[in-house]
Amino acid sequence: MRDTFVNAATALLDDDPRTAVVLADISATAFEPAARLHPDRVINVGIREQLMLGVAGGLALTGLRPIVHSYATFVVDRAYEQIKLDLDHQGVGAVLVSVGASYDGSTAGRTHMSPGDVALFDTLGNWTVHVPGHAGEVGPLLTAAAAHDENVYIRLSTQRNAAARPAAGLQTVRRGGRAAVVAVGPMLDTALAATEGLDVTVAYTNTPRPFDSKGLRALGHADVVLVEPYLAGTSSAVVSDALRDVPHRLLSLGVGRTDLHRYGSPKDHARWHGLDAAGVRESISAFLG
Amino acid sequence: MTAPTTTHLGELLRRLTGDEKHAPSAHSTLDVLWVLYDRVLRVSPDRVDDPDRDRFLLSKGHGPAAYYAVLAAKGFLPEEWLDDLAGPDSRLGHHPDRLLVPGVEIGSGSLGHGLGLGVGTALGLRAQGLSTPRVYVMTGDAELDEGSNHEAIAYAGATGLGSLTAVVIDNRSSTHGWPGGIAGRFHGWTASTVDGRDHDAIESALRAHTGAAPHVVVAEVETKE
Repeated sequence: MRDTFVNAATALLDDDPRTAVVLADISATAFEPAARLHPDRVINVGIREQLMLGVAGGLALTGLRPIVHSYATFVVDRAYEQIKLDLDHQGVGAVLVSVGASYDGSTAGRTHMSPGDVALFDTLGNWTVHVPGHAGEVGPLLTAAAAHDENVYIRLSTQRNAAARPAAGLQTVRRGGRAAVVAVGPMLDTALAATEGLDVTVAYTNTPRPFDSKGLRALGHADVVLVEPYLAGTSSAVVSDALRDVPHRLLSLGVGRTDLHRYGSPKDHARWHGLDAAGVRESISAFLG
Repeated sequence: MTAPTTTHLGELLRRLTGDEKHAPSAHSTLDVLWVLYDRVLRVSPDRVDDPDRDRFLLSKGHGPAAYYAVLAAKGFLPEEWLDDLAGPDSRLGHHPDRLLVPGVEIGSGSLGHGLGLGVGTALGLRAQGLSTPRVYVMTGDAELDEGSNHEAIAYAGATGLGSLTAVVIDNRSSTHGWPGGIAGRFHGWTASTVDGRDHDAIESALRAHTGAAPHVVVAEVETKE
């Protein structure tokens, strides 16, 4: 997904003089060809993430469309106040593109993990959040985001599904009777494997914000399971709101809050957080009773 | 500052603060702000959206009374607004909001945001071929304790961001002080340290900016009580 992002962003720099890329060393080598062609619009501030977001705010104040990129823990967690004040409060927008969010960088340990990034955007107003499940979804999402001035977060991952599903909104992948299992981004294939043989609907979205409430209601299920690749419960409030006038039950699966103090592979962390197919199946089976 | 202007600014400040006891000089930023708006900045109420205008970013957003008074004196906002500071329908609060006040380039209050936004503004203007506008950012000496400023200072110095000017109001309010002086921390910048009450000296220091490197003006005023 990162290579696809670099190619798509480079094409945008070529085609649209409004776009600018702001980096803090991460991926700077990948953007070197673009920086040679557009030295004023590929800006690497060095290892200075507060400045990276401040610069994005300043660029946007002059009418440019900044694309800001780093590891999720640096572009979101570390620079949260700059996101809140240098973008939101100034009334200007940017496209933030992260890699390595939840536990993609598991071998690097907790310092490089950011399972709470999407929850942080929920503390702010009007952010669109895209969590593509396949590299084929990245280019169209980025190009669409670069064309306007609103705030957009695109969360890239090394986890992915076998097939791209670029359409927006909640897509029904499998139809069943007992519950709706909503998989976000790269969790779809896990959700499909976990629910093999279960009588449940499986739906997919790469855009958890704004959440497709209408699409969820249209599925017509009173029992809902969220399978999200970030902090467990991140979307429980929006689902509760979407079904506020309907008696319903909700199971929210995602990454746990505990710092495990463990390395290992993303696959290991998925298992420890109950987010591998076996863990998700166990949780859903218990929920269905 | 001519006598009538002093009187007028004093009146505006009194409308804003209701403070009869303190002279206008109690406001550490007042003289520098006046020199900027009266003599240096290429801005006016009829061109607040002109891409070619100079940008003044008040990073030191706390205690903005002098800023509001100068903006009112220069016609950016109606003087009547000064009578209702931080009320439920007021556009003027204890920290300025760019979406509420014409001519205010950034909303500020949380310290250490203006220099980063200023660097981005300077880069954005350059990327669009706008070479005339200058970007001025006003901070305080205590505000410089925030590490975010040093990210901006180091980057602007290293890359020779020549359209950027920092104005530091030094009233020695930083808790641990700045041994060796403030200007010495601005590596790669040109620097002038002046009496922050002397209008001609302030103007000369602001105009000492060659444009080849970022420039810092340290304006020394009375020590904070």
